[in-house]
Amino acid sequence: MTDLTRLTIAEAREKLGAKEITAVELTDAYLSAIDAANGALNAYVTVTPDKAREMAKASDARIAEGKAGALEGIPLGIKDLFGTRDVHTQACSHILDGFKPKYESTVTQNLWNDGAVMLGKLNMDEFAMGSSNETSYYGPVKNPWRAEGSNLDLVPGGSSGGSAAAVAAFLCAGATATDTGGSIRQPAAFTGTVGIKPTYGRCSRWGVVAFASSLDQAGPIARDVRDAAILLKSMASVDAKDTTSVDLPVPDYEKAVGQSIKGMKIGIPREYRVDGMPEEIEALWQQGIAWLKEAGAEIVDISLPHTKYALPAYYIVAPAEASSNLARYDGVRYGLRVDGKDIVDMYEKTRAAGFGKEVKRRIMIGTYVLSAGYYDAYYLQAQKVRTLIKRDFELAFDAGVDAILTPATPSSAFGIADEDLAADPVKMYLNDIFTVTVNMAGLPGIAVPAGLDHKGLPLGLQLIGKPFEEETLFKTAHVIEKAAGRFSPQKWW
Amino acid sequence: MTIIDVRTPDPKRFIPGATGDWEVIIGMEVHAQVTSNSKLFSGASTAFGNSPNANVSLVDAAMPGMLPVINEECVRQAVRTGLGLKAQINKRSIFDRKNYFYPDLPQGYQISQYKDPIVGEGKIVISLGPDRQGNFEDIEIGIERLHLEQDAGKSMHDQHPTMSYVDLNRSGVALMEIVSKPDMRSSDEAKAYMTKLRSIVRYLGTCDGNMDEGSMRADVNVSVRRPGEAFGTRCEIKNVNSIRFIGQAIEYEARRQIGILEDGGSIDQETRLFDPSRGETRSMRSKEDAHDYRYFPDPDLLPLEFDDAYVEELKTHLPELPDDKKARFVTELGLSVYDASVLVSEKAIADYFEAVAAGRDGKAAANWVINDLLGALNKAGKAIEETPVSPGQLGGIIDLIKDGTISGKIAKDLFEIVWAEGGVPAEIVENRGMKQVTDTGAIEKAVDDIIAANPDQVEKVKAKPTLAGWFVGQVMKATGGKANPQAVQALVKAKLGIEE
Repeated sequence: MTDLTRLTIAEAREKLGAKEITAVELTDAYLSAIDAANGALNAYVTVTPDKAREMAKASDARIAEGKAGALEGIPLGIKDLFGTRDVHTQACSHILDGFKPKYESTVTQNLWNDGAVMLGKLNMDEFAMGSSNETSYYGPVKNPWRAEGSNLDLVPGGSSGGSAAAVAAFLCAGATATDTGGSIRQPAAFTGTVGIKPTYGRCSRWGVVAFASSLDQAGPIARDVRDAAILLKSMASVDAKDTTSVDLPVPDYEKAVGQSIKGMKIGIPREYRVDGMPEEIEALWQQGIAWLKEAGAEIVDISLPHTKYALPAYYIVAPAEASSNLARYDGVRYGLRVDGKDIVDMYEKTRAAGFGKEVKRRIMIGTYVLSAGYYDAYYLQAQKVRTLIKRDFELAFDAGVDAILTPATPSSAFGIADEDLAADPVKMYLNDIFTVTVNMAGLPGIAVPAGLDHKGLPLGLQLIGKPFEEETLFKTAHVIEKAAGRFSPQKWW
Repeated sequence: MTIIDVRTPDPKRFIPGATGDWEVIIGMEVHAQVTSNSKLFSGASTAFGNSPNANVSLVDAAMPGMLPVINEECVRQAVRTGLGLKAQINKRSIFDRKNYFYPDLPQGYQISQYKDPIVGEGKIVISLGPDRQGNFEDIEIGIERLHLEQDAGKSMHDQHPTMSYVDLNRSGVALMEIVSKPDMRSSDEAKAYMTKLRSIVRYLGTCDGNMDEGSMRADVNVSVRRPGEAFGTRCEIKNVNSIRFIGQAIEYEARRQIGILEDGGSIDQETRLFDPSRGETRSMRSKEDAHDYRYFPDPDLLPLEFDDAYVEELKTHLPELPDDKKARFVTELGLSVYDASVLVSEKAIADYFEAVAAGRDGKAAANWVINDLLGALNKAGKAIEETPVSPGQLGGIIDLIKDGTISGKIAKDLFEIVWAEGGVPAEIVENRGMKQVTDTGAIEKAVDDIIAANPDQVEKVKAKPTLAGWFVGQVMKATGGKANPQAVQALVKAKLGIEE
């Protein structure tokens, strides 16, 4: 029998529907793969085999009754940021030790309602703060990709590093992820997978541990564009419990996959040509332009003049919100508590022990920029920048641009414990340079694999769309995917 | 913010010090719990007195990933209150986070409104008096703003030898913070302000005003100055929970500040607490210890927006408020300003009065409600809601006087019987033989008997006609009070030959 884990969601759906395979078989295949690989890759922080088999069994029963949902029997990995009832939900932080919520996030509930099967919880940067998955309390995830002829461990990107690695290494059919500044798109690009951050408000944030509320958005990481479309359709919904979610019908995204992009206008923003960007990233971008042109799209140069302020502004807004969002982890009600001589001492000891270095850094930055006397100079200024960034995009779209093409990241995956990056957090932050603008503007963005670099590592392109026009992104990304082909790592684990 | 002094210093409010007169400046921030079934941002109940942590949702406990959802009823109540305060209603307002750590604040921040509150400037007219000449003084007190915010939970330090307990039942309950301008110049004005504000929210049904349950409490800002000079440094007295204490706290605090200034000292801006058992305020924290709350707009909540139609709709259904009701009682029912003020002080009293006055003489109804009913309630320590005499019963008594069935004096007895035993006044009068004797023959006989038995008095009354009252009293006594006093009076005068 062929390896069932190699099936895409669309393929598995067909075989399950035709009763060629069962959901239990498919789930067992993934559970075995996880067993064999997780020691090396560290993609999962907890595996839920009993729950998975139980859900798979129920899926088989529903398939037998002809009541299959859109994701019936499809085994998924869930980022540890999503609240999952009675299951490890710790945002990969020490401070949430032992936390198992009595509630299920809206996004994961939507998936289960459509018949999906949960394999376990995926590793991530602590509280989604990081671009390398090295800030996880549970240790770094290893990228299933290695440079040709090298046995050096690489990062999978972050913060959804576990999600991207698990999808790339066939340890789940697809995964949930979240993106605050690039946390879906950057790891997708580093692992040769497809990741989409939908428009802010497309997916409910209810039950998802908050990092920066005005930027956080859930989305899928998948093997290909079609699978990403299938997953997003199930994840997205309006939610009365999240008043920032938007009440618009969720389109059948899969229908967009394979549609023509003839006559579409694709914008190429000149500001995304940054100093020191490797030649092969530029080449990849040009290749992407050529593919879209061949498919009948019109290419136009555009300007997004405030792009250069996006990263600094992001690193004010996101930490500001985080400093407040993470105040609830105080040792009083749940998670870690380190006793102290009084309440303040208990707070200090708990938070000192519970949060990692990067989280503390961001809480301090956020506290600082909101402080009396600094608020106007930092937070308020950053909000103004945010408005300008948003307007840049609006002007481009108003001028007739349908989507914008950029590189997804300024480089391919780098080494774990890279000394350069460890010494200078700002260098790490630069990983998000092409992705944060999208979060700041609340727009949808998709990362799609477009080729390999000279080391044989995957590189991705990013497409940015108008609010709630994810369909445009799926059909355009599919054109690139068709032209570039799909990329899988050589198994070394 | 520039504070404008809208008052002219008035010597009758000055506080004499050792070195001259002082003027006290008072502003208040009142926290009023919104009357609503569920909390400001969660579906948990707001019921008072439930066991600890019975009214706590996942949102109130600040579980990871929980999000606030605005309770529209609380918005409605805040807008209605704003309309009651004749205030500007802001159709777009913003919720902000006020960040600080405390065990009874699960989120680590309070959701409040900072720069853009739901209600802007308004006013309350307070009425002081009557003075010795029976005059009232109306004073307009400015409202700076009203905003919505979450209440905190409660820490309990007396439940365990080494641990503190936390009760989150109040956590997230909606409060309206109503901020006055520094327009008050005496403790009496401050008390009148609080009384009036309480009355308005109770009329509106937007807050139950139960200060002993903590539904309404005031932070009182007090400073003193030489009359006409610039405002002095203020101290804020936190969480004063009765109108009487507000007065006491201001009196004490003004004296304390005057004492320091007259001794050549200066006032430290600080937060103070009022200790009712000692009648003193004491320092809680200085300005230097003040938190930096790091306010910023709550990214979990969109700006709160509504249109003119929404406000108009609420305005249309606003009940009559105390000032309007008072004016109506004076102009339409002919009541004195004093009586009208007493009757409108609480909506329940006004409602009671209106039920009694319906179809009857307003003045008579006002007299009975104020003198007899409120007097008796006051004596018994009962609230109007606990009255044993219903408006129907009191109206029945008044009707019996009006149609001459009983005298005013008997009516007082009847009121006491109804108060103590209940029953239908007309039936009581019938069953107990309390009817007024209008039979002239019977009265005449009684008059004749008294005159015959008291020849000395007859002589005296001829010299001094006003002594006729003695005969009237004797006749009333002989008839057990049931004789019609007017009839007795007339007969006595006729028999004694006294000119009308």
